[in-house]
Amino acid sequence: MAEVTYLEAIRQALFEEMERDPNVFCLGEDIGAYGGAFKVTDGLQARFGEARVIDTPISEAAIVGAAAGAAHMGMRPVCEMQFIDFISCAYDMLTNYVATARYRAMLPCPMVVRGPSGGYVRGGPFHSQNPEAAFLHTPGLKIVCPATVSDAKGLLKSAIRDDDCVLFFEHKYLYRRIKEELPTGEHLVPIGTARIAREGRDVSIITYAATVWKALEAADQLAAEEGISVEVLDLRSLQPMDDEAILATVRKTNRVLIVHEDTRTGGVAGEITARINEQAFEWLDAPVLRVTAADVPLPYSPPLEDYVLPQVADIVAGVRRLARY
Amino acid sequence: MATAQRTQPRGGLDAAAKLELYYYMRLTRTLEERLVNLYRQTKVVGGLFRSLGQEADAVGSAYALDRDRGDILSPLIRNLGSMLVQRARPVEIIRQYMAKGDSPTRGRELNIHYGDLVRGFIGQISQLGDMVPVMAGVTLSFKMRGEPRVGLVYVGDGATSTGAFHEGINFAAVQRCPLVVIVENNGYAYSTPLSKQTAVRDLKDKALGYGIPGEQADGNDVLATYEVTKRAVDRARRGEGVTLIELITYRRKGHAEHDNQSYVPPGEIERWERENDPIDRYVAVLASEGVSPAELAAIDARVQVEVDEATDEAERSPMPEPRDALVGIYADPPVVDPLWFRAGVRSAVETHERPASWGTHDG
Repeated sequence: MAEVTYLEAIRQALFEEMERDPNVFCLGEDIGAYGGAFKVTDGLQARFGEARVIDTPISEAAIVGAAAGAAHMGMRPVCEMQFIDFISCAYDMLTNYVATARYRAMLPCPMVVRGPSGGYVRGGPFHSQNPEAAFLHTPGLKIVCPATVSDAKGLLKSAIRDDDCVLFFEHKYLYRRIKEELPTGEHLVPIGTARIAREGRDVSIITYAATVWKALEAADQLAAEEGISVEVLDLRSLQPMDDEAILATVRKTNRVLIVHEDTRTGGVAGEITARINEQAFEWLDAPVLRVTAADVPLPYSPPLEDYVLPQVADIVAGVRRLARY
Repeated sequence: MATAQRTQPRGGLDAAAKLELYYYMRLTRTLEERLVNLYRQTKVVGGLFRSLGQEADAVGSAYALDRDRGDILSPLIRNLGSMLVQRARPVEIIRQYMAKGDSPTRGRELNIHYGDLVRGFIGQISQLGDMVPVMAGVTLSFKMRGEPRVGLVYVGDGATSTGAFHEGINFAAVQRCPLVVIVENNGYAYSTPLSKQTAVRDLKDKALGYGIPGEQADGNDVLATYEVTKRAVDRARRGEGVTLIELITYRRKGHAEHDNQSYVPPGEIERWERENDPIDRYVAVLASEGVSPAELAAIDARVQVEVDEATDEAERSPMPEPRDALVGIYADPPVVDPLWFRAGVRSAVETHERPASWGTHDG
């Protein structure tokens, strides 16, 4: 099997699920004839037709709301946000309507909202966001953030088959930068199970999405230069969050660094820290530390963006501090 | 001959159907009057929303749907009558208002905020306009599957100012979804009159901006609301897409029962009550077609019994079990008890307490 990119893995997942289940359909801006701003849906409309690969008006609230309505009736819509930054235009629909539907009205919402998230690409304030924390706060939504090619495919297939709404945050930095040989046959990755990306014994890094790769780079450097053994836990999904995997790595290394690309205040790291504090305080040998973006809108110019976003050197410094604590 | 007169069709409705319209309007009003009593007895937990004076537009429009074909409507807060037409039961409504554990939402949602896809009505939320995109999607699924079903979504005059209304109706228009959008223009959005809501004189004209037909009708004439909606439903079922209908009516009560309507010009409410009550008007129509007062009185009596029985049944209903608040957020429930932490600090320590190896990892 040839290696495929993260982007191709996503396209494969969409193709396979649309082939498998006639209730699956895609809707979004420029996804049909044009194939999407990043070409994720390239070829989909040619294969499945305009009725199942729908080019919509610029209406994120209508895209999500219509998906919810179709999902109630047994369809399995997959919405594309052209950039995930635009998901905030559908924030009301997602948090007030979709997230509450099953609870308040027993209305199923088997739907996916997917799109390119994240920075490191000089996208500026409106093409680089990481919106996960805003939605983690809303019961009723699931949140998936794949870091690898095989996870991108396997988790998206699981998301499409899930009976609830899954927000699927693809990382645009990874779209064409990583490649992997995918398993043959049906490839599904369950939502809610973290993955140990690297085994280690001295310090744990808990992270997800693109910063998994930064963490792995930092771990290599620390092993080679200082003999520090770093474990990297890739959460894969934030809701549900794999508490058992988090607690297991805490019990193993007793030192934890949480890394995410999103801003610091109110970010996911705070939630993970609280869970460790509540359930594994006795196991800690050092305070839980965070490496995150600075609390600013993400700037465009390379020296500014590089300074704001977490870099390998920041992670190395954080691990060193924990190792010496 | 009275009989001959009575079978004279208007809007294609026979005599039995016309009496059914009367029944639903009367049921709406009587049920709401009962809810007012329960509210004053503090048995209604939240606010109470009336549709007094709007019964005709709710009932007549919903009646134009085909329940046997699986048409679906999305009601608004003043569409109790529409839900009753779709076979919502009075006991469900009273249980909802009284926050009972066996209410359709098990005490999770208020008032008439509930739905049943089988009977063909869908639970609304409070964010106005949001049901328009949702119903665009419901009807998109009808179109995609080639089902001959139609959707109907109600919004008020105020909701036409929202982004969701615009996005939803535009989306549905582009996709030619089998959807009817009814704007119930009752003059006020809470306290805000139409003149402060929009510079448009006739809300039906908003249809022009979406490239769809716009119609306007007297919302207090139940047969007129039925007829205009039926035309739009038939168009939608024929695959001709979305219609926007403005029904002119008037909200005689406040936004909710607590609202003293201080913003309403003196005499306005009384004038509508005196000159344009939808039930009074319809009674006159039925009388002119030969329906006897005794026939209507029999319906009134039947409605009274139904509402009495529903009240008794709802009063006997239990309040919800507190722990029921925690289930049903996801299809597959989480493994961890969401309130594990209430067991206290000891439980966390006992479950996860570290063995003797303080200060080092266990590896």
